[in-house]
Amino acid sequence: MNEPVKPLSELLTDRFDDRVSLGNSLSGILAVEVETGAWLEVCRALRDDEEFSFEQLTDLCGVDYLSYGESEWETDSASTEGFGRGVEGEGPGRFDWAGRPREEDIKRRYGVVVHLLSLKHNRRLRIRCFAPDEGMPIVPSLVEIWSSANWYEREAFDLFGIVFEGHPDLRRILTDYGFTGHPFRKDFPLIGNVAVRYDSEKKRVIYEPVEIEPRVGVPRVLRKDSRYNTDEFDQAADDAAEKVAANNTAAGGQEN
Amino acid sequence: MAEIRNYTMNFGPQHPAAHGVLRLVLEMDGETVVRADPHVGLLHRATEKLAESKPYNQSIGYLDRLDYMSMMCNEHAYVRAIEELLGIEPPPRAQWIRTMFDEITRFSNHLLWIASCGIDLGAMTVFLYAFREREMVMDMYEAVSGARMHAAYYRPGGVYRDLPENMPPYRESRWTKGKDLKRRNEWREGSLLDFIEEFAKDVDSKIDEYETLLTNNRIWKQRTVGIGVVSPDKALQMGCTGVMLRGSGVEWDLRKKQPYAMYDQVDFDVPLGVSGDCYDRYLVRVEEMRQSAKIILQCVDWLKKNPGHVMLKNFKVIPPTREEMKDDMEALIHHFKLFTEGFCVPAGETYAAVEAPKGEFGCYLVSDGANKPFRVHFRAPGFAHLSGINEMARGHMLADTVAIISTLDLVFGEVDR
Repeated sequence: MNEPVKPLSELLTDRFDDRVSLGNSLSGILAVEVETGAWLEVCRALRDDEEFSFEQLTDLCGVDYLSYGESEWETDSASTEGFGRGVEGEGPGRFDWAGRPREEDIKRRYGVVVHLLSLKHNRRLRIRCFAPDEGMPIVPSLVEIWSSANWYEREAFDLFGIVFEGHPDLRRILTDYGFTGHPFRKDFPLIGNVAVRYDSEKKRVIYEPVEIEPRVGVPRVLRKDSRYNTDEFDQAADDAAEKVAANNTAAGGQEN
Repeated sequence: MAEIRNYTMNFGPQHPAAHGVLRLVLEMDGETVVRADPHVGLLHRATEKLAESKPYNQSIGYLDRLDYMSMMCNEHAYVRAIEELLGIEPPPRAQWIRTMFDEITRFSNHLLWIASCGIDLGAMTVFLYAFREREMVMDMYEAVSGARMHAAYYRPGGVYRDLPENMPPYRESRWTKGKDLKRRNEWREGSLLDFIEEFAKDVDSKIDEYETLLTNNRIWKQRTVGIGVVSPDKALQMGCTGVMLRGSGVEWDLRKKQPYAMYDQVDFDVPLGVSGDCYDRYLVRVEEMRQSAKIILQCVDWLKKNPGHVMLKNFKVIPPTREEMKDDMEALIHHFKLFTEGFCVPAGETYAAVEAPKGEFGCYLVSDGANKPFRVHFRAPGFAHLSGINEMARGHMLADTVAIISTLDLVFGEVDR
C-alpha cells in the first residue's frame, strides 16, 4: 500500500478492457469484478504479469447475495399502531427447513470473492466473479494458479454449493460426513435440519429432526442515514460528559 | 516375494499431538507417509453464519473462540473491519493498548506453542516452564477484562475500559503462603502497567531457560532439523503467512509492511528463518517472543506517560457510560437504541488483516447497511497451513508428522471456525 491505488486500476483497465469492471476501493484495497468467462485468464495474468505479480491468494470465499439489503423492521416512517412496523423478515434465523423461502431466480446470487496479495508491490486486490447459473452455480477453479485455493474452494463448495470446475478434489470439508444442504446459503435455516445425540437404548449416535423453534432476538434493521461522522453527535456526547463532570463538582467532588 | 501394500491409518481425532480435533488419514508405506489427508470440521460451529444473525458487537465474543490461543488478535481484525466501514478511528491510547495486548497475546500464544510442541516431541520440562509464565499472562488478561481467556476487550471505537490502577495480588491460602506468597506478589504492588513492565523486563531470562532446554538439545535438533522443509515459493503458493512464511526466509510481516494500530511507532526486528524447516520455525518463534517483550516495554512506557480516553466519544456507536445515561436524555435514548438494536454500518465491504501470532488473520466484512453483518468471512492462518500438510509430510516418517503438525501451530477453533 505504498503506492496509491489509482495506478493499479488504470493498469487493470489497460490490460483487460471490458473483462473487468472496477469497483470502489476502501482502505487501500481495490475491488474488481471479473467476467466469469475470463476468470482463469485474468487470474493467470494477475499472478504472472510483472506489473501485477500477485504471488499469493490470501483468501477465497463464497457470498450468497440473496436477501441483500432486506430489512425486517420499517424505519422510514413512524406508525400509529405500536409494533405494526415489524415486517415479515426472511433472515436465516426466522424459518425452519420446511418453511424456507423459495426464491425465483435472482440474478447474480452466488459470488466468489478472492483476496490477492502482492508481496513485491505490497498491494492487495479483491476480485470477484458471479456464477452465471443460479440453479447450478459453476465457477472455474483457481487451484492450478494458486494451490492455496484448494481448501478455500472446498469450503465454498461445502457451505454455498458453488461448484468449482477443474478442482482436483472437490469434497465437503467443514460439515459432517453425509451432510445434506449448503448451510451458509441465506435460505438455509440457522437452526439447521437435524440434531445429533447419543441414544443409550440403541447404543449409538442418532440423527433426529431439530426440535427447537427459529428465534430472532434483534431484528435486522437497515438505516440508510449514515450518521457516524457528524461532529454534531460527538458534540452531544461531549456535552453529556461535561454535564456529568459539572454535577460532580457541584456535589462537592464526590465520586459517583 | 511377499507383496507389501500400503495401509491407511487414522491419526486422531482423539490424539494429543493432533492439537485438538484433527483427523488425519495417513496412507503409510511401512513407517513412511505416502499421503496425508486431513479431515477437518469436527469443531465447525458456523461462527460466520452466527455472526450474520447478531448485531455487530455481539459477535466479538465469538472471535475469542476462534483461535483460542490468541484471543485479542482475532478481535482486533474484526473490530478493525467494523471501524473501517464506519469510518471511525479509536483514540491513540486505545491503539497503544491494543498494540500492547496484541503483543502480550503473541507472547502467550508462542508460550503455549513452545510448551505443547515440546511435549509432542518429548520435552516435558519446557511445558512446565512455559505454563509458569503463561499464568501471569492470563492474570494480565483477567485484570484488564475480567476473563482469563475470552476477553471481548476490544470494541469498535477503542477498548472496553482503561487499564486498572491495581494489580490484584494473591491472597494467603493453604497453598500460597509465607515466602511463596511474597514471591508471587512481588510485582503486584502497583498498577497493571507496573506488573507488565516487570514481567517484560524479566522475561528474557525466562526465554533463555527454554532455550537452554531446547536450542542445542541433540534430541530436539534430531527431531526438527530438516523436517517439513517449505521453500519460499512453495510457502507463498500454499498461502502460508506469519511464522510459516518467515521461517522460510520470506521477509513479510504485516506489522512492518502494512502497519496498523501503533506498530509504525514501535521499534522491533522481524526474525527470519533460512531453511524453512521445523527448527527454523522454532527459532523464529523464540525470537519473536523476545521482540514482543521489547514492544510491550515501549507500549508500557508510552501508556504511563499519556493518560486519556480509551474509547471514542460517539454515541452512535459507543454506548454512553452509565453515569451519563442516568443524567442525560440524549444519552439515555442512545443507550436504549444501542442495546436493543445496535449500530448500523454503512453499506460496503472491507478486508482487515492483522499479524496474528499464527499468521495473517483477516476479516472480510460485507455490510448492506444493516445492524448485522451481511456476510463475514474470517481468513484463518491455520486453515491455509493445514491444507499444505500433504506436501510437507509426504516422504517423512510418522513421528515427523507430529513435529510438522506441531510447528504449523494449529488451533482447530480457527481452522474449523
